[in-house]
Amino acid sequence: MNAGRADARIGFIAFNTFREAVRDRVLYNLIAFALLMSGAAILVGEISIDIERLVVVNLGLTAVSIFGVVIAIFIGIGLVSKEIDKRTLYTVLSRPVRRWEFVVGKFFGLTGTLVVNTLFMAIGVLLALLYTAHKFEKMDEWVLVALYFIVLQFFIVCALALFFSSFSTPLMSAVFTFALFIIGSLAEDLRGFARMSHGVGGMLATAIGYLVPNFSALNVISQVAHGDPVAGRLILYNTLYAVFYSAMVIAGAVLIFQHRNLK
Amino acid sequence: MSARRRVNIVAAALLLFSMTGAMAMLYAIDGLGRSAVTQEALYINSPKVLRRLSLGYTGLLADIYWTRAVQYFGTQHHKGSSDFRLLAPLLEVTTELDPRLLPAYQFGANFLAPKPPSGAGMPGSALALMKFGIEHNPDEWRLYYNLGFLYYTELKDYARAADAFALGARIPDTNPFMPILAARMAQHAGEFDTARMLWFTTYQSTKDTSIRENAVEHLQALKVDEDVTQLEELVAKYRQQRGHLPASMSDLERAGFIHGIPTDPKGHAYKLMPDGRIEVQDPQDIYFITKGLPPGESSPQPRPAQNKDTKPISR
Amino acid sequence: MARPHGTPVDHFPFTFVIAAAGPFPSSTHNIAYNSFGDPCRSLGVNIGFKRTTMSAIEILDLEKSYQVGFWRKREKVALRPLRLTIQEGEVFGFLGPNGAGKTTTLKLLMGLVFPTGGSARILGMEMDDPRVKSQIGFLPEQPYFYDHLTARELLNYYGQLSGVAAKLRTARVEDMLERVGLMESANVQLRKFSKGMLQRVGLAQAILHDPKLVFLDEPMSGLDPMGRREVRDLIQQLRHEGKTVFFSTHILSDAEALCDRVGVIHQGELRGVGAVVELTSQAQGKIEIIFCAQAVPAGLTQLGAEARVSGDMVNAVLPEKQQDAALEVLRRERLKLISLTPVRKSLEEYYIQNMRPMEGPKEENRKGVGV
Repeated sequence: MNAGRADARIGFIAFNTFREAVRDRVLYNLIAFALLMSGAAILVGEISIDIERLVVVNLGLTAVSIFGVVIAIFIGIGLVSKEIDKRTLYTVLSRPVRRWEFVVGKFFGLTGTLVVNTLFMAIGVLLALLYTAHKFEKMDEWVLVALYFIVLQFFIVCALALFFSSFSTPLMSAVFTFALFIIGSLAEDLRGFARMSHGVGGMLATAIGYLVPNFSALNVISQVAHGDPVAGRLILYNTLYAVFYSAMVIAGAVLIFQHRNLK
Repeated sequence: MSARRRVNIVAAALLLFSMTGAMAMLYAIDGLGRSAVTQEALYINSPKVLRRLSLGYTGLLADIYWTRAVQYFGTQHHKGSSDFRLLAPLLEVTTELDPRLLPAYQFGANFLAPKPPSGAGMPGSALALMKFGIEHNPDEWRLYYNLGFLYYTELKDYARAADAFALGARIPDTNPFMPILAARMAQHAGEFDTARMLWFTTYQSTKDTSIRENAVEHLQALKVDEDVTQLEELVAKYRQQRGHLPASMSDLERAGFIHGIPTDPKGHAYKLMPDGRIEVQDPQDIYFITKGLPPGESSPQPRPAQNKDTKPISR
Repeated sequence: MARPHGTPVDHFPFTFVIAAAGPFPSSTHNIAYNSFGDPCRSLGVNIGFKRTTMSAIEILDLEKSYQVGFWRKREKVALRPLRLTIQEGEVFGFLGPNGAGKTTTLKLLMGLVFPTGGSARILGMEMDDPRVKSQIGFLPEQPYFYDHLTARELLNYYGQLSGVAAKLRTARVEDMLERVGLMESANVQLRKFSKGMLQRVGLAQAILHDPKLVFLDEPMSGLDPMGRREVRDLIQQLRHEGKTVFFSTHILSDAEALCDRVGVIHQGELRGVGAVVELTSQAQGKIEIIFCAQAVPAGLTQLGAEARVSGDMVNAVLPEKQQDAALEVLRRERLKLISLTPVRKSLEEYYIQNMRPMEGPKEENRKGVGV
């Protein structure tokens, strides 16, 4: 029997993940919340004279980032562990679906959900920007770059959530992922600490500084809020970094999941 | 089993490959020289706002900013840049978040005021930082010391320096040099002993390697200045007695003015110039000296390029 | 499904498989190999397959133990080495109380957990061969599916995953909905489904892609009598379609009613395998004869019969090996034989007897393995 192709199955799993997520009402609530935040941004902009744009961009992009991360963790951790808990995975894996296809499909479904979600939130931010400035300026294109970087962050967060979810309980996965998000946001400082310390501790700190996800370089919110440009090479490096890092984490998740007994 | 093993091998290979790729990208991003974290200081330059944003986790955030300040200074210094614009805001944020973070004040006193490239060249910010520190830690002799040190080294305002040392000397467990420094400011401010005591106190009162290194360099420079002054005095004395300049250091030794050929802290013999001046062998080798230089040459500043250590500032 | 049943044909050197190799075998095809099931069921003895038939499942010393405990790891045996062969077209019942190792066995076969030792072949292929999966269906115990999908969407999703071609899929999904009686609720999201309805969805997804072999884990649990009846009927239908059905249950009557053979498992160990009739008669070795007489003939008593007279009939129970002698006695006495039946334990008796902690060598308990 021809069991179909791996990429087709990954696509089906991704689409199903996306559909499940979209039909989960929590997602809508969070989008509504993000829109509300953008509304608040406008209000704050009204109050703080002269820095409306600054406040709108700062608040809007921060909201996009935080909501996205929360959604990524919220759905991501449930992806594998929930399917094991509820035994939906049993029927899926009794199909001609290999375990790695399941993990990869889940990842794409999740990132797809987040990209669509970010798209909506981004429209909210841009509308708020338009509302305060009445027109788009040249420097607003850097806001799009910042949004792109935020999406790259989501890729990494999704991969991490999936990774932890592949061997841990949902609660612990959430804790681990969130902790890594915080640490990763301070990764550059961690490498700073590492450079200041010596010996084994310094080496360990350097290793950790390079291994934890590096979210700080992906955060250019304040930069673009001030209308400063983002270097082209940074865009390239960040893109490649996000791709490599997600691939690394997903490969790790596959390796673990390959050996997991689904009790 | 083989299908499963194949997946394992591919996944492991992908893991290693992408890990290498990610590390390389991270290295490249760091190499862009735009440190995201210090850039932040450009935008969030109100320490009070940041304090509110910290949601109460001021201690941790202060530590982070303190690291950023040190890293920033070290990186700029290492690059040979004279742009230290962010040092003042970073230290201000650090101390605003944790006003009791004493090393930050000391770092500020040593590196905020001196002219680039050995410092940020912002004595005003340095003074403001010290005053802020004293306001929040009135019982710390080190802060008075740092204030006096600033007045003495950068502003040459010995009266104010004396006041600061005197205030610090009243604190119970103060450093024994404090009252002495206070006393010497009035009459002996320009003397080598005073300066030496000051830098020695600086050396003693910190564990920060960069501050200590800085102090050692100043102490060495003081030694050179003192040696050169003394040697030039001896040359003048020789001339007075013999009616002509000594032709070499050996002449001075034979005349019984010196014992052995004197060397500078780096181990090089001092040179006796034909006009009777004393010069160091290599003026670029010793930082901060004011004497023993060829005519018209200014006092060299520490250049990172000459540092054997590749680490920006520490060690 | 562009090439339905394509690759594995090489592994199936039997004509009947090729006859059934259409995308979805029609019932006429299936009747052709129905005869495999029947003889084994109707005869109370181990007939053995005279033709070289295909084993649907060959389990060879499959075993599983888990490490339990956080610090001091202990080994918990979930399944002792299991050796079991199930023929094509057979309905096999895996019988045992909860926690006996039934689900572990199924999970091992599905590749959900990995064995500590041993191997298994499914439809002639190694059990972890990816090609196996497109020919088997699996219904887990108390199935649960994606909350926000409708029954139709779910079945379509599983059809996609199984590689059922888009053209066939829609029709097939509708077929299944009809078959399990969910047409009415096809567009209702599954979170609104009752347990019984989920069970039906589960059954539908297990047979959706027309597998040769269906694994059902406790398919009747949690169902009302109506639902149980329907599941029984469905299994019967599968039998008639020539599918091999491997189902686990802790309910004896289900096994008795449906299975060609049963395996009894307890505490991770297979305690006996055989046709239901065989299992229930083998241990007794006695026959019961009923004949018309006013008193017990002396000849019978000598043969060791325990007899009772009730009215003008005698009921006597004696060792099976005395059967001919006893009949000879009756003939001599010119007594009219009414019936002669082997004395059977009920499956329940057998079950209870085998649920006791094990004693004796293992070989004895493997009696009946390998039909």
